[in-house]
Amino acid sequence: MATAARGGRKARPAGTGGELVARFEVRYLRFLDERGEWVAEPPAELLDPELQLRNYRDMLLLRRFDHKVLMLHRTGRMGTYPGTMGQEAVGVGMARPLTERDVLVPYYRSATDLYVRGAALHEILLYWMGDERGSDFKAPHMKHDFPIPICIGSQLPQAAGVATAIKLRGEQGRAVLTAVGDGGTSQGDFYETLNVAGAWNLPLVIVINNNRWALTEPTCAQTACQTLAQKAVAGGFEGIQVDGNDIFAVQAAVAAALDKARRGQGPTLIEALTYRLCAHTTIDNAARYVPKEELEAANAAEPLVRLRRWLQNQGILDDRLEAKLENEIKDEIEQEVELALNTPLPPPEAMFDYLYAELPEKLWPQRAEVIARERGTGDA
Amino acid sequence: MPELTLVEAVNLALAHELARDPEVVLLGQDIGKAGGVFRATDGLWQRFGAERVIDTPLAESTIVGVSVGMAAQGMRPVAEIQFMGFIFPAFNQIATAVARMRNRTRGRITLPLVIRMPFGGGIHAPEHHSESTEALLAHLPGLKVVIPSTPARAYGLLLAAIRDPDPVIFLEPKRIYRQQREYVEDDGEAYPLEACFVEREGSDVTLVSWGAMMKETREAAERLAQDGISCEVIDVVTVAPLDVATLVESVQKTGRCVVVQEAPRSGGVASEIAAELAEKAILSLIAPIERVTGYDTIMPYPRTEHRYMPTVSRIVEAVQRVMEFH
Ligand SMILES: Cc1ncc(C[n+]2csc(CCOP(=O)(O)OP(=O)(O)O)c2C)c(N)n1
Ligand SMILES: [Mg+2]
Repeated sequence: MATAARGGRKARPAGTGGELVARFEVRYLRFLDERGEWVAEPPAELLDPELQLRNYRDMLLLRRFDHKVLMLHRTGRMGTYPGTMGQEAVGVGMARPLTERDVLVPYYRSATDLYVRGAALHEILLYWMGDERGSDFKAPHMKHDFPIPICIGSQLPQAAGVATAIKLRGEQGRAVLTAVGDGGTSQGDFYETLNVAGAWNLPLVIVINNNRWALTEPTCAQTACQTLAQKAVAGGFEGIQVDGNDIFAVQAAVAAALDKARRGQGPTLIEALTYRLCAHTTIDNAARYVPKEELEAANAAEPLVRLRRWLQNQGILDDRLEAKLENEIKDEIEQEVELALNTPLPPPEAMFDYLYAELPEKLWPQRAEVIARERGTGDA
Repeated sequence: MPELTLVEAVNLALAHELARDPEVVLLGQDIGKAGGVFRATDGLWQRFGAERVIDTPLAESTIVGVSVGMAAQGMRPVAEIQFMGFIFPAFNQIATAVARMRNRTRGRITLPLVIRMPFGGGIHAPEHHSESTEALLAHLPGLKVVIPSTPARAYGLLLAAIRDPDPVIFLEPKRIYRQQREYVEDDGEAYPLEACFVEREGSDVTLVSWGAMMKETREAAERLAQDGISCEVIDVVTVAPLDVATLVESVQKTGRCVVVQEAPRSGGVASEIAAELAEKAILSLIAPIERVTGYDTIMPYPRTEHRYMPTVSRIVEAVQRVMEFH
């Protein structure tokens, strides 16, 4: 583990000396480098071929899915969609160590973690096609998982709330995993969450997907800090940085942090350094503001290739298996896309039927009106 | 000078004020080099520099709170909130400082700032990118809430908003950002903030609206004219504080009124207009005031947002009802 930051490195002393009362360090975790070679020994349980083949398969699927969604958008069959290209190791690596009893509170760029968690691709598609039912995850173990939030940062105190419930009820062995972008760390909600998570020693793990961009703004427009991980210092708990393109590092860090949380030992902040290899969304043109050289360098460090190299070197993956995976993936994506595209619109009254446990009397005439209009009687 | 769209007119007004007054500074997310997600600030960073057109961290409370501090020093910050749905992290600043500073300090500290943001639905955008919550802002005493509906009005009203000694919330109807082109003279002439625009004279019924719904309202007036119904069309423009006198005067002439609003039905600006008219023009009214509005529900996501949006036919039907009332 390399040291990524030390307290006070940039800061100039403002006063006239005094005694040193606090110091901090931030560590950077990385196992597998760009070439697919070890730079450090990963936890033994992560060397399981089946697990890593599964990770690879999901990352590959999400890469292909990203492309498919872009094509759907270009042909007018998809709404605005935030791609996950280049960030697959963050999403897959963070969601893999979740148990069914844990709770996931995703941020908005999260097709990766939602898919690994158990959301169907057609649910993710429906949401971004503009259908509320996409947030009604059908996997039974996702019963308590939160929907995609669009308002940046708002999910974080809510995740702390889920963790508070777990803690107050004395439930052992449950933890909450949430995520935020690098831009999202500028929100008050982010700092308030660090604060309460530390103050109450909550079973909470916060992953920052530091993909270096918040729409058109680079991370240096958000903060003067050398790392985002060091923001945990202000919350009074541990923050670490990981190579977000190394699935071993992401998974190891999140697994350890979740374990710690489940044992009642408090929160962890994990900054995953990766890169947004796609545009901000399907309606953005990143070529306008992303420097070409930076993008090229990021492409060379991307997460999928290095895992593939490692699997190949281990003899776990060969061309035949790769082709088989590609076929399986294609089938799954095609099926799920069909399912989403062929989902009929919800009935018109659906816009009223989930507002309250019971629809207040005042709204019944409006509900009747939308039904009548939909039938074309127009008599309301 | 080519004809401009509404968003280009916003850009022109911002450029005019940046050039005219060194105290004017723009702040917002992605407004600098990138020129904003709707290109409202296109080219301004390049022309006026990073200290006049400032990319902020992703934090709305920062954007508005910092604007408060700058304005208190006599600067004229023009803050952009990327979408109206993201105003809420800044709502504390707006409600507890922006709207109150003059009153709280008995006029010692004033806040000549503008908070601009695109609003409204019908563009197939994700959740929180389509709401019309002007009433939440209009309800706060101390704020002016201004909504242009044409390129020329966007230009003239934004100049007025920036020059106003008090905070102005400037809501830009994004559905019509690029829908109409109009010749806009860059003459630096501000429009009055406190007046409705009576943009079509008529004798049978007063149609009142603001923002993007002006499009449907104008179309309805056209269609009704073909049936021999004469509509007076009023663009409210400043939804708070309302120019009640112009509305009352019109209804005293026509005796009928239909108010068109994209926002949900209850507790909105349309309700306020109807209440004012009921109080001040009751004896002139020959039919109940009708409201054509969005429904009292969460704005549906894009697949079904069309079910929510008021349409030309809904306006026409409402006018026919008030015409037939006796
Ligand atoms: C409160 C709020 N403000 C603004 C936006 C508009 N917006 C959507 S995504 C985005 C950038 C987010 O950047 P980051 O947090 O780094 O996440 P990333 O998109 O890189 O995954 C912005 C400004 C929003 N969704 N919510
Ligand atoms: Mg980012």
